[in-house]
Order: sequence, then C-alpha cells, then structure tokens
Amino acid sequence: MNKISGAFLNRKAFIPFITSGDPSLEVTEQLVIKMAEAGADLIELGIPFSDPVAEGEVIQNASMRALAGGVTVDKIFDMVGRIRSKCPVPLILMTYVNPVFAYGTEKFFKNCKEAGVDGIIVPDLPYEEKGELTPFCSEYGITFISMIAPTSGSRIRMIAKEAEGFLYCVSSMGVTGVREHIGDEVNKMVEIVRSVTDIPCAVGFGVSTPEQAARLAAFADGVIVGSAIVKIIEKYGPDCIPYVVEYVRMMKNAVKNCEGL
Amino acid sequence: MAKGRFGIYGGQYIPETLMNAVIELEEAYNRFKDDPQFRKELDYLMINYAGRPSPLYFAKKMTENLGGAKIYLKREDLNHTGSHKINNVLGQVLLAKYMGKTRVIAETGAGQHGVATATAAALMGMECEIFMGKEDTERQALNVYRMKLLGAKVNVVTTGTQTLKDAVNETLKEWSRRVHDTHYVLGSVMGPHPFPTIVRDFQKIIGCEVRKQILEAEGRLPDVLIACVGGGSNAIGLFYDFIDEPNVRLIGCEAAGRGLHTKKHAATLNTGKVGIFHGMKSYFCQDEYGQIAPVYSISAGLDYPGVGPEHAWLHDTGRAEYVAVTDDEAVEAFEYLSRTEGIIPAIESAHAVAYAIKLAPKLGRDKIMVIGLSGRGDKDVAAIARYRGVEIDE
Repeated sequence: MNKISGAFLNRKAFIPFITSGDPSLEVTEQLVIKMAEAGADLIELGIPFSDPVAEGEVIQNASMRALAGGVTVDKIFDMVGRIRSKCPVPLILMTYVNPVFAYGTEKFFKNCKEAGVDGIIVPDLPYEEKGELTPFCSEYGITFISMIAPTSGSRIRMIAKEAEGFLYCVSSMGVTGVREHIGDEVNKMVEIVRSVTDIPCAVGFGVSTPEQAARLAAFADGVIVGSAIVKIIEKYGPDCIPYVVEYVRMMKNAVKNCEGL
Repeated sequence: MAKGRFGIYGGQYIPETLMNAVIELEEAYNRFKDDPQFRKELDYLMINYAGRPSPLYFAKKMTENLGGAKIYLKREDLNHTGSHKINNVLGQVLLAKYMGKTRVIAETGAGQHGVATATAAALMGMECEIFMGKEDTERQALNVYRMKLLGAKVNVVTTGTQTLKDAVNETLKEWSRRVHDTHYVLGSVMGPHPFPTIVRDFQKIIGCEVRKQILEAEGRLPDVLIACVGGGSNAIGLFYDFIDEPNVRLIGCEAAGRGLHTKKHAATLNTGKVGIFHGMKSYFCQDEYGQIAPVYSISAGLDYPGVGPEHAWLHDTGRAEYVAVTDDEAVEAFEYLSRTEGIIPAIESAHAVAYAIKLAPKLGRDKIMVIGLSGRGDKDVAAIARYRGVEIDE
C-alpha cells in the first residue's frame, strides 16, 4: 500500500489545498508542516498556472500572486525536498497539464520522485488523455489521481475501475470555490464508485464549513478543502499560519467525528 | 489518424465536468450533419440569411498596381454580420437547437464572433451570453453595443490579460457551471475535439465556393491562397478544400504586432512551442515553465496565444506556410485596399492583404492568388484613426 492509500486507512481523511508560493514559498513550507501537525492526512500543493480553467476566482488569484512572486516548478521541487526531510505527510501536486509538458514530462516525474512527491492531480487531463502522463507516473511511482463529476454519469464506472490512490469526487458543477449549498449528487456518485471498486472517495469543490465537511465525511472517505483555506491566506498574508492551523484542526475534528460511521 | 487528432495535435484536454458535454456534442454532430432536414435548414439560412455564396471578386486595380499575380478577394466581409464568423455560428446554433439546448454562450475577441452568435441566438430564439476581455470591450465598443442590441448579455472579463485568451477561459468555466441547457459556440478551429472539426466543417464552404468560382473565372485552380490566422477558422475554411492539391500554396498570416524581436506579438507558429491548453495540443506562446504568454496585436481577433491543431499539423508537415505580418504592415494594407479597391477590410484580413502586397509582385502575371477577406473593417476604423493620430468624433 502506498502512502496515499494509507492516509485513508481506518480514518476519514482531511485534505487541505494550498497554492505553492502564496504568499511565499517560505510560508508554504511552514504551512505544510503545521497543517500536517494539525491533522491534515494528505496535502495538495498547487503549482500555479497562468490560466487555471477549473479554478474559481480565489485560487486563480492565489496563482497570480504566486507567479508574480517568481515561483517556478524547480523552486517547488526544492521546497518539497526540504519538507520531506522534516515531515512524512503524503503530498500531492495539483497543476494543469501544460506546466508538466513544458517542463518535460519525464524530467517532471523524475524530480517528483526525487523530491518525495506522492501523487498528482491534473484537472485538464480527463480519462481519455491520461496516457499523456500515466506511463511516467508508473515509471516513477507517482500516483495519478482521477476525478469524477456530477455530469460523469456512465463514465464513473470506467474511471473508477482504473483509478489509483483515491478518487477526487467533484461535489458540484462549475469551478472551485466556496458554495453555500452542496447537493446530493455526490452521494450518488460515491454509491456508483462503491459498486465497482473499494477505492477511497474524497469530495472536493465548495466545501468550507465543519458542518459541510461532517455531512460529506459521513458517506465519503475524505474531504478536500481549497478555496476556504486560500481565502484565509489571502486575508492574513505572511501572518496566516496560526489562522490556517486553527481552521485545519477544526475541520479535521469535524471529519474525525464521522469515523466509524 | 486518431479520433480528434491532426497528427499529434488536437485531443480533449478539459475538466471531467465537460467531458460528457463534448461527447454529446460529437454524437449530435455526427447524427445531424448529414440529416436532410438539418442540411435543408442550414442551407436556407446560409443562402437567404447570411448571403452565401460570397463573391469571388477580381481585384483588377490591385493586380495592375502590384504588377504580378492576378489577385482575387473572397468576400466574406459581405456576409451578414460582416465576417466569416456567421458560417460557423449558424451551423453551431442550429445544431444546439437540434440538441435541445436553450442557451448559447461564446467568447469573442474583436467582437465579430460575439455579434454573429448574438445574431443567430436572436434568430433562433435562444438565450445568449458573450464573454469579452475588458481591453477588447474598450477597443471594440461598437460591437459590444451591437451584441446588446441583439439581446445578448455581455460579460466583461477582467481576469488575466483581459483579452481573447481570458474570454475563452471564462466561457469554459461558465459552460462547466451550466452545461445541461447551454451550448458553447466556440468561435475558431480550436478547443477540445470535436470543436476544431465542427468549426472547420462549417467554414470549409469558403474554399469549396472558391474552387467553383475560380474554375468558372479562370478555368483552373489558384496558385496561392492567403488568409490571416488567429485561431485560424477563416484560414482553414479557405484552405481545407485545397489541402490535397499540392500545386496550391497555402499561406497563413499571423500577427507580428510590433515585431517578432519584441514580446508584443501573437505569432504562435512562428515563435511558439508545442503545448497543451484550451483543450488541445497545439502550438502556444508560452514561457519555459509553460505559463501562457500575454500576446499582443493591433487586431483583437488575432490577439490569441494559440492556434488551431489542424494548422499546427499543416505547419509541421510543411503543407502550409505561416508568415508574420506587423501592425504597421497591416495598417498600411488596410489603407491600401481601401484606397485601391474601395473595400475597407477588417484589420485581421488586412494582415493577409499585407502579405499579398509583398508576394504578388514576385509572382508572374500568369499566377493566380486568392486572398481570404475574412471581414469588413467598419469596426476598426476608429482604431486605425487612433493609430494614425487622427481624432474623430464617433
């Protein structure tokens, strides 16, 4: 069992997302370590992209801030390497396919392995195109995380059968960002997945409150939160760490209370 | 060639939320493209609403003045709404209607695609929203007003470079929010499969007509076809019927803006690298880390950092040539065609005219050249005046 699957073993996972380099790589490094201490089971690190078509305004703005600060893929690998020497939390890179392709796909995954990255999420690489990266993922032992959406319908079974690590279940239509209401579509998606495989299902997009997290964790295996955390980082800038830590602890508790359900 | 691929280019690099929508679109297109009722309705609209076939005009004065190849202009500027965009839009909006969609959304740069989409939506009684970069709404204010007159909602895009690239991003995002009743009328031969194929099929009427018209006029095929290339829909429309005619040179003109030696241009095939963006593998202007570059052209319609995947393939195989034309050259050609033939071209099309002005004198008088005049220049008159430092009261 790899580290990603292990993060779901006998527990409901809380998975925070932050954008690397927002507000700076030094703060990102500290945030990862402190979020892991506060209970984060897996951490998603965004590699900023100029044109993130799956992101709402909050994460898009974080990408712009990070890029303006001079973040590059090389600097992110260096940071992951430093984190790895201090903290064992599984790390997943979240980015778009072009930054990987432009960097050189083989070099990218070789560096992932050397730095200690565990998995990758690429929202603009659907099932039909995943062959662009998966041979390299296999070669270097990096888990390719697949996504399913409320519109996936009959595709869910096809995607779930080949999925590794966990399935990223997009809670609702549209882009990332806080939602007041998350519908019941996601329950049905998870049910379909359960009928074909026992891969863990983590729900993301729109989750921000402990109540939402608890409700989702009651039937899913994990909850992913991005925009709500990035908003805290946006608000407090370099002083964000204690506020993010407090939020992660609160959300982890909400998710944890569902364990054994 | 793999489905949806032109060599290695094309594909479907989009979020999972949109995958079923493009699959549904492909199925609907395959079902209706040869459906007699669909063809009958579309043909009627093309002839009686859009004004097809567009004329192939022999530019006698230009030919005499340049002293080389015989020059013909394919007059897409005479179509309803003033550009080639209407060909694709009538096809796609009718298809959307057949699919049971009630709402269309579209991106626009210069506004021509937005105006065409708003027009077709009004005609077919569909709700319409257009996404346009803030910078483009300022330089094409008249087209913004036209879209509103036609009943469309215009969303001003303030993210990123506030131009066409960002308008595409926002339209894709909006599509992922509301995909059940909405069709995205993509405006060029770009984006995820099946869009590059669908748009090319609706635009290939340009070249099919040229073949027939030039055979009538000259009794033979042309030697050279020239068209401007942003995403590349009018160029592929002109070229497509001639790809298997090796004696016909195909030349696409990209925007060199203030020069290829500067960063102020949008010459993707001349300066870009292979990448994956906006749903397709193609060439893009980008930095070493794959961040999409801000691009520039005097022409809002060519101000795009990528190019359709079929052009990428034609470029790699050497079947088509892609040259770069500067703002200065395009403005001079804009004025030249206006004075010489009494035709004010779109600044996009003026890029093709500019290259024809360079090339025609080098060719013999026995050669025939067809320039794709993709649109009319009404929308650009104020911008040209500004460029020349002339104050006009609109």
